Amino acid sequence: MNTLVLQTQKVSLFYGERQALFDISLDVPKHSVVALIGPSGCGKTSYLRLFNRMNDLISNTSVTGGVYFHDQNIYAKSVDVVKLRRKIGMVFQKTNPFPKSMFDNVAYGPRAHGVFYKNKLQEIVERSLKQAALWDEVKDHLYESALTLSGGQQQRLCIARTLAVEPEVILMDEPASALDPISTQKIEELILQLKQKYTIVIVTHNLQQAARISDYTAFFYLGEMIECEKTEVMFTNPKMKRTQDYVTGRFG
Amino acid sequence: MAAQFLSQLKFKFARESSPDVFLESSIRGKQGWDKIWEKCLALISLFSVSIVFSIILFLVIEALPILSKVGFKELFFSDRWQPTSEVAGFGMLPLILGSIWVTVGALVLTVPLGIGCAIYLSEVAPIRMSLMLKPAIELLSAIPSVVYGFFGLVVVVPLAEKFFHLPVGQSIMVGSFILAIMALPTIISISEDALKSVPKSFREASLALGATRWHTISRVVVPAAFSGIATSVILGMGRAVGETMAVLMVTGNAAVIPHSFLEPVRTLTATIAAEMGETAQGGLHYQSLFLIGVLLLIITMILNGIASFIVQRVHQKNAV
Repeated sequence: MNTLVLQTQKVSLFYGERQALFDISLDVPKHSVVALIGPSGCGKTSYLRLFNRMNDLISNTSVTGGVYFHDQNIYAKSVDVVKLRRKIGMVFQKTNPFPKSMFDNVAYGPRAHGVFYKNKLQEIVERSLKQAALWDEVKDHLYESALTLSGGQQQRLCIARTLAVEPEVILMDEPASALDPISTQKIEELILQLKQKYTIVIVTHNLQQAARISDYTAFFYLGEMIECEKTEVMFTNPKMKRTQDYVTGRFG
Repeated sequence: MAAQFLSQLKFKFARESSPDVFLESSIRGKQGWDKIWEKCLALISLFSVSIVFSIILFLVIEALPILSKVGFKELFFSDRWQPTSEVAGFGMLPLILGSIWVTVGALVLTVPLGIGCAIYLSEVAPIRMSLMLKPAIELLSAIPSVVYGFFGLVVVVPLAEKFFHLPVGQSIMVGSFILAIMALPTIISISEDALKSVPKSFREASLALGATRWHTISRVVVPAAFSGIATSVILGMGRAVGETMAVLMVTGNAAVIPHSFLEPVRTLTATIAAEMGETAQGGLHYQSLFLIGVLLLIITMILNGIASFIVQRVHQKNAV
């Protein structure tokens, strides 16, 4: 068995009085892809955002239970959120490149962490774009605005931007939900490649996508995790009736 | 001026966001009362536009003769403004420089303060704090300018005398200080709106990359809001250039070319206010004051033009 990178133990999340997540325990092994599936509003995105403490940005949230990154509770007082987010990157549902050049977008993270040598930055940008399978398409106009790219390219740029920080874990919040089938396919191929070096937790609405790319699948429903299994087991022989109903399309 | 500009902006937005409503009313207005209303409204708006044009026309007609009588060179490059002496001098250079010094001084003080305050309100302050601060800042713009002048004269001028050991405290510095306070609400409110309209996704993206909050604000949020912030500065500048009463009271009323911020000075606006009462209608002095009016009009028109140019450019950029 691989070592665990991320782990939650009986974690609950509250938005003010309202409880959004109930006692969720989940292990994420190294170099695996874990897909979080479930109907809208089931808490899978909220759960994903626990890992890089993005929920902190919403006022009045509180977390109970433990969220661990290499056995370190990331909600402990001594944890530096900025350092944590360098280790655990995130790709968002809505593509959100900065209104800057492609180069500046990818170089943003390294610059924020004090890399200023032009050569070093160029090297990072090239490497990251290659990893994100975007280099060949953009290498001749790196200094044009990132907003000139297509939606699918923008999302791969956002992935490159995340990779440039060299995180250990990449959290993906429905990264392909706003993209056309071809772009989606590219992103999926990319995820399978990235798995070699990174650990990935991905929220997806698309069950086929979860089946295609993930090693483990967790099914969320109304703020609870109903079941988490190896993906092939989940889609062929789930233990819980509700999971079966969902993965066979009886509700959702 | 800022308020007027904002209302224009809002009108523009209203029209762009709901074209159907406008279309409907013009179709319905083909009969009866609607038509009369339409005509009345058209008349009213024509009236206000015609007032603007008649003011411009009036200013120019009254000011024109002096250009040929005294000459361009003396008017704009001589440093002698002595319109009532035996050998009258109409050199407007000291007044123009006075306005520039006071305005630049005000900007130096108010821009960092105003933008800093806007960043605090939109990015840092907890909701309760900004609910408390905002009305206070809006109150700043509700204070009549003569009250600012009075405050400057009674409080700031003596302080300046004590602090800098000046024989006379009325100076560019005090004028700039008072103008800086007066321009603050314009700069803060427009900058804050611009900062607030920066999409949340930019902030999230930056923070998720492990950037600190300060880095996020300075590298992503402020650049994205740059045009709005620039507009606020230009409108604040317009406020500073056009302000009369407060500046007249605290800058010492000396129409000479200044050499430091501690010297007294007199601005274009203050000159008109101070001297209009003692001129003979139709005389050279009278005409020179009108020329100053034309000059002020041109300056504020240029500033407004720049501001609306920036706003327009942002619109185009967002439309793409």
